[in-house]
Amino acid sequence: MKLLHCPMNGTRPISEFVFGGEFRDMPDPEASTDKEWAAYVHNRNGAPGLKKEWWYHGPSGTWFIAERNTLTEEVLRTYLFGQETAA
Amino acid sequence: MPLRLLKFAFSKNHPAPRFFRALEQPKKSYDVVIIGGGGHGLAAAYYLAKDHGITNVAVLERGYIGGGNTGRNTTIVRSNYLTPEGVNFYDASVKIYEGLSEELDLNLFYSNRGHFTLAHTESAMRTMRWRAEVNKHVGVESRVVGPDEIAKACPQLDLSCSGHAPILGALYHAPGSIARHDGVAWGYARGADRQGAEIFQNTEVTGIDVQSGKVAGVHTSRGYIATKKVLSAVAGFTPRVTKMVDLDTPIVIHPLQACVTEPMKPWLNSILVSGSLHVYVSQSSRGELVMGSSLDPYEVHSTRSSLDFVEGLTSHMLDMFPFLSNVKIVRQWAGMADMTPDFAPIMGKTPVEGFYLDAGWGTWGFKATPISGKTMAETIANDRAPEMIHSFRLSRFEDYELTGEKGAASVGH
Repeated sequence: MKLLHCPMNGTRPISEFVFGGEFRDMPDPEASTDKEWAAYVHNRNGAPGLKKEWWYHGPSGTWFIAERNTLTEEVLRTYLFGQETAA
Repeated sequence: MPLRLLKFAFSKNHPAPRFFRALEQPKKSYDVVIIGGGGHGLAAAYYLAKDHGITNVAVLERGYIGGGNTGRNTTIVRSNYLTPEGVNFYDASVKIYEGLSEELDLNLFYSNRGHFTLAHTESAMRTMRWRAEVNKHVGVESRVVGPDEIAKACPQLDLSCSGHAPILGALYHAPGSIARHDGVAWGYARGADRQGAEIFQNTEVTGIDVQSGKVAGVHTSRGYIATKKVLSAVAGFTPRVTKMVDLDTPIVIHPLQACVTEPMKPWLNSILVSGSLHVYVSQSSRGELVMGSSLDPYEVHSTRSSLDFVEGLTSHMLDMFPFLSNVKIVRQWAGMADMTPDFAPIMGKTPVEGFYLDAGWGTWGFKATPISGKTMAETIANDRAPEMIHSFRLSRFEDYELTGEKGAASVGH
């Protein structure tokens, strides 16, 4: 069974978690063109590598960030959003 | 060819016939370079030569031909999609498939079985009725059937699914078929090679040379090749190739797993799919049950398979067929599915001149092999995509004109 470390609940089975996609900065909706906004809505960084991702621990309702290599499936670290330096 | 067979039997040596030339080194330049020696890339090479007379073509394959998703799918061919554009496109593919063994002079074991998409809920029944009406409108033989007709076609099926998820009905699709998937790649490879296209295995593309917005050549592990036209047909490797030309796409990679049982006497004629139980199953001409499920739930660029998958899938298989409890799973594997947000492919031209994309084939690519090869060949030859694949263009995302196939493309959502 695969495991993932939740910053609030410790190490739990991967089946308790939901993948939320890569962490991305939202462009300013007022300032961006339709084309820029469409690119933000649809396009993704699909290439493999080390990524900052949103993950969700279902039973406790915790959203957090995981730094994960999508080629090797290694998780480097997980932390609550905004607590990157503390982790 | 009984006489040829007789001569072969009496001959002292029995060399395995080569399907395509074993070429050492690519030429310095080609009219078209195709990245990816799977079914789609090889079919494009075949139709470039056959339909358009373009034979100065190289197909570059990183591994061996048909070793990617072409050889990893569950071989189902069908056209019972949700959008009229999708139904039309996949129907054209089914029609080519029906005569393909003859055309390629290779037995693809194309076997017409009939395809049932089982509905366990009223909302699933609604989707089945929707698909049936769209299919009929386009002229494809699909209809909604009740439990009686399902039981008649497959008496072994437990219609109550162990009491968990009683079957209310199904979408029956008469043309649903299975085929030998590696044969499709090998048949197209031989056909392309005979007409002059050159196939290079173990040849990795490491970069694409773009000069002032136009393709100028490709860097490969066997040196530089000059070309003005490049087709990328690399499924799960698409984001790596589009990165070489700085092209953004919505594609993300999730593994899709499958497995087979030990061979049995033929008992399952139909192809059965259950969206609620996340199962699709057919019995191959070799007697194995070929089974697949939904996508792995998060992005991974790997073809590893997992015990979680096989446990989940087999427990649902036992809901449908309790008598299989002593049957063994003999192989499992995974492919890298290039998923799009609307579950439709991305085909045609791109903002980079001379860079053509055949991608976003996610979990639905094998059935489209002939028609995608044909339409991509036409796109490359004319530098213009045919009307048939207009709804699959990359720019549909910036136009907010998505082609929603989610209800018909896969299971588990």
